Amino acid sequence: MKFAVIVFPGSNCDRDMYYAAKDALGAEAEFVWYQNSSLEGYDAILLPGGFSYGDYLRCGAIASTSEIVKSLHREADRGTPILGVCNGFQILLESGLLPGALLRNKALKFLCHHENLVVRNNQTLFTSEYEKGQMISIPIAHGEGNYFCDPTTLAQLKANNQIVFTYQNNPNGSVEDIAGIVNEKGNVLGMMPHPERATEAILGSEDGLNLFKSMLVNWRESYVTNA
Amino acid sequence: MIKVNIHITLKEGVLDPQGKAIEGSLNTLGYQGVEDVRVGKFIEMTFSDSEQVTEQVEQMCQKLLANPVIENYSYTIEEGVVQ
Amino acid sequence: MLQTLEVSPETIEKEKHYREMGLSDQEYQSIVRILGRRPNFTETGIFSVMWSEHCSYKTSKPLLRKFPTEGQQVIQGPGEGAGIVDIGDGQAVAFKIESHNHPSAVEPYQGAATGVGGIIRDIFSMGARPIASLNSLRFGPLTTGRVKYLFDEVIHGIAGYGNCVGVPTVGGEIQFDACYEGNPLVNAMCVGLIDQKDIQKGIAAGLGNTVLYVGSKTGRDGIHGATFASEDLTEDSESKRSNVQVGDPFMEKLLIEACLEAIKSDALVGMQDMGAAGLTSSASEMASKAGMGMEMNLDLIPQREANMTAYEMMLSESQERMLLVVEKGREQEITSIFEKYQLEAVAVGQVTDDKQFRLLHQGKVVCDIPVDSLAEDAPVYNKPSQVPAYYEKFQAMPVYYPKVTNHGEVLEQLLAQPTIASKEYVYDQYDSMVQANTVVAPGSDAAVVRIRGYDKAIAITTDCNARYIYLDPEVGGKIAVAEAARNIVASGAQPLALTDGLNFGNPDKPENFWQMEKSVEGMAAASLALNTPVISGNVSLYNESNGQSIFPTPIVGMVGLHQSTKDITTSHFKEAGDVIILIGETQPEFGGSELQNLLENQYYGQAPSIDLAIEQKHQTQLLSAIQKGLVKSAHDLSEGGLAVALAESLFSTKQLGADVQLTGDATTLLFSESQSRFLITVASADKERVLTEIEDAVSIGTVTETADLKITINDNMIISKPVTVLESRWKGAILCLLKSKV
Repeated sequence: MKFAVIVFPGSNCDRDMYYAAKDALGAEAEFVWYQNSSLEGYDAILLPGGFSYGDYLRCGAIASTSEIVKSLHREADRGTPILGVCNGFQILLESGLLPGALLRNKALKFLCHHENLVVRNNQTLFTSEYEKGQMISIPIAHGEGNYFCDPTTLAQLKANNQIVFTYQNNPNGSVEDIAGIVNEKGNVLGMMPHPERATEAILGSEDGLNLFKSMLVNWRESYVTNA
Repeated sequence: MIKVNIHITLKEGVLDPQGKAIEGSLNTLGYQGVEDVRVGKFIEMTFSDSEQVTEQVEQMCQKLLANPVIENYSYTIEEGVVQ
Repeated sequence: MLQTLEVSPETIEKEKHYREMGLSDQEYQSIVRILGRRPNFTETGIFSVMWSEHCSYKTSKPLLRKFPTEGQQVIQGPGEGAGIVDIGDGQAVAFKIESHNHPSAVEPYQGAATGVGGIIRDIFSMGARPIASLNSLRFGPLTTGRVKYLFDEVIHGIAGYGNCVGVPTVGGEIQFDACYEGNPLVNAMCVGLIDQKDIQKGIAAGLGNTVLYVGSKTGRDGIHGATFASEDLTEDSESKRSNVQVGDPFMEKLLIEACLEAIKSDALVGMQDMGAAGLTSSASEMASKAGMGMEMNLDLIPQREANMTAYEMMLSESQERMLLVVEKGREQEITSIFEKYQLEAVAVGQVTDDKQFRLLHQGKVVCDIPVDSLAEDAPVYNKPSQVPAYYEKFQAMPVYYPKVTNHGEVLEQLLAQPTIASKEYVYDQYDSMVQANTVVAPGSDAAVVRIRGYDKAIAITTDCNARYIYLDPEVGGKIAVAEAARNIVASGAQPLALTDGLNFGNPDKPENFWQMEKSVEGMAAASLALNTPVISGNVSLYNESNGQSIFPTPIVGMVGLHQSTKDITTSHFKEAGDVIILIGETQPEFGGSELQNLLENQYYGQAPSIDLAIEQKHQTQLLSAIQKGLVKSAHDLSEGGLAVALAESLFSTKQLGADVQLTGDATTLLFSESQSRFLITVASADKERVLTEIEDAVSIGTVTETADLKITINDNMIISKPVTVLESRWKGAILCLLKSKV
């Protein structure tokens, strides 16, 4: 399985994502600079965290206008798994690949520590290796992770079972404790917490590894089915 | 020279913790009459004389400058500004 | 067009304008001698910044010479952007600490942010990838609105910059004392990882090679206001006023990536960051170090503001700029890397062989001076030094011994003292985990960052107890180095080397200079004894407000190496049944202690004593026990003594307690700040072995399953407190102070 890690100017978790896919998971991974227009040939796409364009204007807003986001839309339509973490999640929202928006944390401060997440939906490409209701410890590191959407969107998210992760103790004011959501089709996941920082015991948690494993397992299955 | 001033504000109903913090601070400083502080963005830009400025500004706001999920925008266009 | 009429060389001399730039009459006369003529306005400015304390160390040089700077582990000592030490496998770490005190006092957010940015540039200009940041901060008591504002904004600035550039902020320390109220200290340290073969130096070698300007445009940032008397200018002085330096961490992130890509190219000859004194220091130092000269055309410098003068361009401290020297004819190879990151890279000059520093502006030569004179001919002063009266008074005092009746209550109060209390409020705002290598995050004795791809890690700490140094600079200086090393050892690493951030008051006061002299001597002695040479550093003088100097605060930033990640040890107790062991002797030493601060609200008497041979022995024996896998937790004893260390070791352990039995004087045993001590836990099976391997070690109790701290002294229960009670006092103290109304 081959992952693409998209690098925007200002991405700073790109290497962490790369190592999570390559070393912790043992898959192939390549960096793709944001000026490339094609994302052909990758089995999954990772949008790393960081401060693309310095978070100027709005987090993720400027990155979402780049050429590669057009290919991202194509890949999303095609069913390629796409994972956006932190700033990657912000870019997915700004690009319209996921519904809603992220506001400043309720306490107006950047927050960095481990949070307990609850796996609400384990029927996705990204969470099948978790148990439903499982509690996992994943670090957060963001200043604008306060998920917001209007009541209609929220109702849709619930009806379609698109809420994948929630916080046990909501740190940032997100609506309904939302930490991560998928698109309706189930192949685009955006989340504020950083699973790539929780893939080795030495770093304090391995709970994020199953997310990458889920992607690998589901890719293998689809490969077998399609072959 | 055409000067454009764009105001971007959070929509009604979207929580604005920054505005709330400022409101609290102002109240503490003794400005008890202050209520409902909302923080927004102000963007100014100039166009060298050009056609269809309004249409362009409208598009810019929709495509990039404001996020319709959480923000409203308004703008003013002043023509013939001397720098 | 606006036009500046700079004063003529004759007027500069006649009206002594050089004084406004910080040059003395004597210094000005030596410049005239060097040039064989009067310097013009730009040249006077250039000399004034290069001969400033910050660039020339003219006051501190005689003291800095006392530091040991060599050792088997040292690859690069002082003199470059950062020092470098060997960590094996062909790898090395580069590190340095730098102060940004005065800018932070004026504009705390940008002052702190640009401090972080500057030190990160020092690291990647060596070719190293920045892997960790730390900061050592000092503020006044958190009781006034101004101090709270400074505290919040400094932290906000560090977070704003550090989080964005993607370098984890893994630690540091924060202390509060009244002497810093008007003059906070903001010292930032950065550590970078590099393959030894990629080490880059700031040299401008090779006749005809091209000088490349890279990064942000130059504006009028940070040109110190005193240099301009308004009558010297013909247009409105408003437009000439110096601006606060503003940092752009996004630009810095792009610069890091581009520069680290550029060092892989052999077309790159040298690289240096434009830090203090900007273009002047980077260009002249690069030429001087290579034994060459340099010529630049200032018309080519990317400028952010209109009508900048040569003086302004040369003295600007605009952030996020680098100067590169590139092999002639291969410029495109380097500029294309910067283009990829949409960064400006402009050829502005070339290396010459006449050892002159020559600048052209609007068709005229605006500077032509021997380049070596800027770096090498700077004056060196041996300032008068005098023992302060307070020191003699303190030394003559009887030993201070505090009266404590309720030891349990005093422990709670000590835990809530801001210097001891949890700094979670602060560390939560820093991204401490980006790069996914942080093993031990802020809040422990030392931060630990593993080296990816190897079974090894580095430990990093910053330390300085300025109260001891105030009471006794020489002893306090020794303690600062020893405590830093103690923190490194407690984390399971071998101390390698240190960087010093020397913060002092006005050196023209002989008493202050004596403090500098003695503390440096103490630090030098400890560096030598503990084999931690000084490989880089920074000097910040004139730290005072309302005529009151800060405590002498020479901050030690130290790096150590874990030979295996298995050696990584934290301070928290691990398991019920483990044996608690205290290493080192405890004497009634309370001068400069947190207890003295709590009870007397001032510091006096004698600092705790230190014997470097004993210190070294304890450190070596403990490290060896850790490396043998015998130690489950280790914590150094510092502010607040044993009782505070015991409590801290129980926090965040999830339901562990401790049962401790001691014999002797309760106040001394619990709260003395005697040096060279550690608190460790070991499995009960290993107890005897550890007690044999480490001299001066005694078993004082056991880790228990009930979450209470129980301390019995002479068979009387002196303290019995639920850990949750202690922990909530410790955790909530800072937030409580910030929220309380002024």
